[in-house]
Amino acid sequence: MNTFSRRRRPTAAVLISLAVATGVTACGSGSGSSGTKGADSGTYTVWDPYPQFAKGSAWTNLLDKCGTEAGVKVKRTGFDTSDLTNKALLAAQQGNSPDILIVDNPVVSTLAEAGVLTTTDDNKLDTSKVDPNLLAAGQSGGKTYGTPIGANTLALYYNKKVLKEAGVDIASVKDWASLTAALEKVKKAGKKGITFSAIGTEEGSFQFLPWFWGAGAKLTQLDSAQGESALSLWKDWVKGGYAPNSVLNNTQTTSWQEFATGDYAFAENGTWQLANAKKAGFDYGVLPIPGASGGSAAAPTGGEFVTLPVQDDTGRYTTSQKLATCLTSTQNLYDTDTTLSYVAPTSEVQDKQVAANAELKPWVDAVKAAKGRTSDDLGTKYPKISEQMWKAVQSALSGSKSPKDALTDAQSAVK
Amino acid sequence: MSQTTQVPRPRTDSKGAAPEAGRRPASPQWAAWAFLAPVTLYLVLFYAYPLYRNLDLSLRNYTVRSFVQGDAPFTGLANYRRVFEDPTFAPALLHTVVFTGVCLVFQYAIGLALAVFFNQNFRLSATLRALFLVPWLLPLIVSASTWSWMLNSDSGIVNAVLHAVGIGPVNWLTSPSWSLTSVIIANIWIGVPFNLVVLYSGLQSIPGSLYEAAAIDGAGSWRRFWSITFPLLRPVSAITLLLGLVYTLKVFDIIWIMTKGGPADSSTTFATWSYQLGFGNLLPAFGPGAAVGNLLVVAALVFGLVYVRVQRKQALS
Repeated sequence: MNTFSRRRRPTAAVLISLAVATGVTACGSGSGSSGTKGADSGTYTVWDPYPQFAKGSAWTNLLDKCGTEAGVKVKRTGFDTSDLTNKALLAAQQGNSPDILIVDNPVVSTLAEAGVLTTTDDNKLDTSKVDPNLLAAGQSGGKTYGTPIGANTLALYYNKKVLKEAGVDIASVKDWASLTAALEKVKKAGKKGITFSAIGTEEGSFQFLPWFWGAGAKLTQLDSAQGESALSLWKDWVKGGYAPNSVLNNTQTTSWQEFATGDYAFAENGTWQLANAKKAGFDYGVLPIPGASGGSAAAPTGGEFVTLPVQDDTGRYTTSQKLATCLTSTQNLYDTDTTLSYVAPTSEVQDKQVAANAELKPWVDAVKAAKGRTSDDLGTKYPKISEQMWKAVQSALSGSKSPKDALTDAQSAVK
Repeated sequence: MSQTTQVPRPRTDSKGAAPEAGRRPASPQWAAWAFLAPVTLYLVLFYAYPLYRNLDLSLRNYTVRSFVQGDAPFTGLANYRRVFEDPTFAPALLHTVVFTGVCLVFQYAIGLALAVFFNQNFRLSATLRALFLVPWLLPLIVSASTWSWMLNSDSGIVNAVLHAVGIGPVNWLTSPSWSLTSVIIANIWIGVPFNLVVLYSGLQSIPGSLYEAAAIDGAGSWRRFWSITFPLLRPVSAITLLLGLVYTLKVFDIIWIMTKGGPADSSTTFATWSYQLGFGNLLPAFGPGAAVGNLLVVAALVFGLVYVRVQRKQALS
């Protein structure tokens, strides 16, 4: 028995190690082949950040339809937004980028900087109908790297009942001073003023930007007097109890939940909350975020870009361009942006949206006034500036630094 | 393959058997390699290579462009220098030390007190002990989110209770002077069950006759604890503390979910800082992120070696 098992062991070990080795090589070749589309030139891959749309949804049906029109099969994968940047970078490193990549707009300049994306000069994508302020987020160094599929932005939602009880006429809210006065009245009436998200991530910067830009400040100089006045506005709201202390930890979702309790007069939030606003069970209105001394402040644009990543086989661009053009055609944009609760990037479709749903009017106006975070040719400088900006907001609101010191430190950290 | 069906000679014979050596010379050698292959392959694939990659990342100047093109220039210790000179370094180091130290002391003390308490085997003690294990069983994302709701400045239950007893609200998660305390409290709560379980099982191995003898000699319960329980529990305590130290050093999820290391870096530890650098920004800084990660690996390695030494000492004694 002993000799038997002894002579079997090496065999078993060899088999096991062989199995391990083949298993490993199988994995290796497997992941390799899934990326090389050259083997099947009739299949085009699409990556998007809409994992909420399963197979059979309007979005995947549209992709299939566009594929059929272009005479190819479309293989689509939906990723979580926060995952997609790293996935796209890794895929480019391995040389198996998708044919079409739909990606959050501030990421476009980062991917362009990495050399992952083709320019519209190369791929012949037509961007002439797109609103220039929206297209700017996908431009860097004089080149355009894609076309927006839809846009969203921030505005102020207000609770009509709370304002009425506090005796605030919403028409009187025209600038920062009148907004602060309204908040004061609301607080005196025993209700809560305003909620927003000042969390220490990109979301915090996104929410602070309308006030920063509304004061006339520029991202290239964080510590200007205008920038300081925007940060002081927020800080005084928190200090005076007009805004809850929890804004420091609020994501845009938790901030919305606070507003949905019905206790708050105002909430700074995005187009994508419209569906939830209808469910909230109280009468609400939407107001563009006011500038420091009147008018509408520029809010940052959200929303995704359709891009065409660089391929080894440059012959694929023609078909990819057909697919992208199909996805962003007038009728398809209208359908897609309605499903996503986005504002369309072309005035033609925007008019159609407002005609169908008048509630979208303030949002279309806000999007027209909006500005890309990476615009003004900031490109990959934006992420660094943004990180220092949300840190400054956190330092000032938590009271660890004065707004002036926080922004001075932020500016010196950006260099 | 036919060779392997024959009985391999014992290793000591292989050199002496000259006539047969020509026919199947390497068989035992091959067998030995075959035995080694799976575990070696596993170690190389899942430990050595990732560690090597992390080291490589920390020694090169990676930008998004060079990450994709794979031509990042070698910059030696520049990333480490950048990390050391960063204004976040000193606070992050201090927070890591305070977080780890305070958590360990409280987790151990509370765990030991509870272990001694439950060792008395009263009615329902088993049920109560099981209840104390709940924090350990919950997924971290659940417990951390629950803590952050409870500690919310405006609508949290903790401030509501404080208000009921006449104490003003505390900005647990949003004030720079409280955020570190808050994550420490949550982490202690999560770590107590581990200490309780290990120390409780350690207590089981102390013979009851010792306590009886001490009681007859007139030793009070306090004296019995310090003269019998504590010294006899020392080996178990050492291992609990060392394991706890390694676990606490790398705590990331609780802090990230509760405060994101903020406000203004006031609860940033090396673990959250490393993540922040590598993934917390639209433009990832892989190099410095990997450098901070490596500092953590080295710290854990040092304590791992201490652990191995203590274990060896115990095996000898």
